[in-house]
Amino acid sequence: MGVISDTFTAVLTKNSLVTAFAFVGILVWVSYRISDKLTRGHIHGSAIAITLGLALAYVGGVTGGGDKGIADVGLLGGVGIMGGAMFRDFAIVATAFGADLDALKKAGFVGAFSIVIGVVLSFIVGAAVAVAFGYTDAVSISTIGAGAATYIVGPVTGTALGAGSDVIALSIAAGLTKSVLVMVGTPIVASRIGLNNPHSALIYGGLMGTTSGVAGGLAATDPKLVPYGAMTATFYTGVGCLLAPSVLFLCVSALV
Amino acid sequence: MVIYGVALLSFCMLIGVFLGDILGELIGVQANVGGVGIAMLMLIMLSNLSHRKFTLRPMTESGIGFWSAMYIPIVVAMAAKQNVIAAVSSGWLAVIAGVAAVAASFAMIPVLARFGKGHGRDQ
Repeated sequence: MGVISDTFTAVLTKNSLVTAFAFVGILVWVSYRISDKLTRGHIHGSAIAITLGLALAYVGGVTGGGDKGIADVGLLGGVGIMGGAMFRDFAIVATAFGADLDALKKAGFVGAFSIVIGVVLSFIVGAAVAVAFGYTDAVSISTIGAGAATYIVGPVTGTALGAGSDVIALSIAAGLTKSVLVMVGTPIVASRIGLNNPHSALIYGGLMGTTSGVAGGLAATDPKLVPYGAMTATFYTGVGCLLAPSVLFLCVSALV
Repeated sequence: MVIYGVALLSFCMLIGVFLGDILGELIGVQANVGGVGIAMLMLIMLSNLSHRKFTLRPMTESGIGFWSAMYIPIVVAMAAKQNVIAAVSSGWLAVIAGVAAVAASFAMIPVLARFGKGHGRDQ
């Protein structure tokens, strides 16, 4: 018995990416069964799959002790490769095939506008929360504000401004909270905010900005909207890294 | 052949990410600016062009279609590798900042969507 289970474990570990495909396949199958049987299709299967994924990431973080969720648990290392930025971006680009060029053209201006609004809005909200929690120096306030944009803008801004590592860690956590919440919350609020057409999806991507949040949120709402939201979202982090340590930081310094 | 579609997708992504990095360098930020978005634009142009000027073989298209269909499973894997612990355990400041930013952004969507549509009608 020992030999068999050892060999089996070795096979799964050696072929970790293939193991991840099998694992995610089972996870998605279970999720669609739950969607069908328990919610009668009211909650989309992919929404359940993503939520289960996040729950597993929590469990993985507790048991594995690392920062890569379930991918830190022995056999499931391949999940980290499969869900990593390379495959994610590759699949996002693929969804653009067959997308409607006219919808993009029509929303071009308001899409670009929504990115700037999104960065500034999240920054202001994050900065206000930082002030409410007693931060008084412009560097910390700006870093936390930038973290509320995305978990990349936060540390990039913090590093550029010379913020303390505790503040940078907070900014990353704020961005992570945002991304998790966008994944879970989007399908819940989608109908109330009119997120059901390419036009609003472009604006949604620009306002939210977190690529993983938008990718997960739209997948769970309506996969047809993915290319539109993802398109604007991919510009957000760059715009955030541009505005937060410069213009927005100067505004904060002028105010405090 | 299927590989032509996959390769086409790869070219789009590599060129897009390359341009995004260059753009980031040019404006002086330590980040890729819209690389994936540029790649998507290239692919959209190609697929819209292909109706008129040239057509991709169905097999070639299936090389792209496969990765498009793998999108949701990949996102599920992405969800499973998030640092959820860090998001929920680093204190109220981070959680409140994240939640408030999301709530404010959600609230802006209908406003901007209406603005955009009104703008379109004026033209």
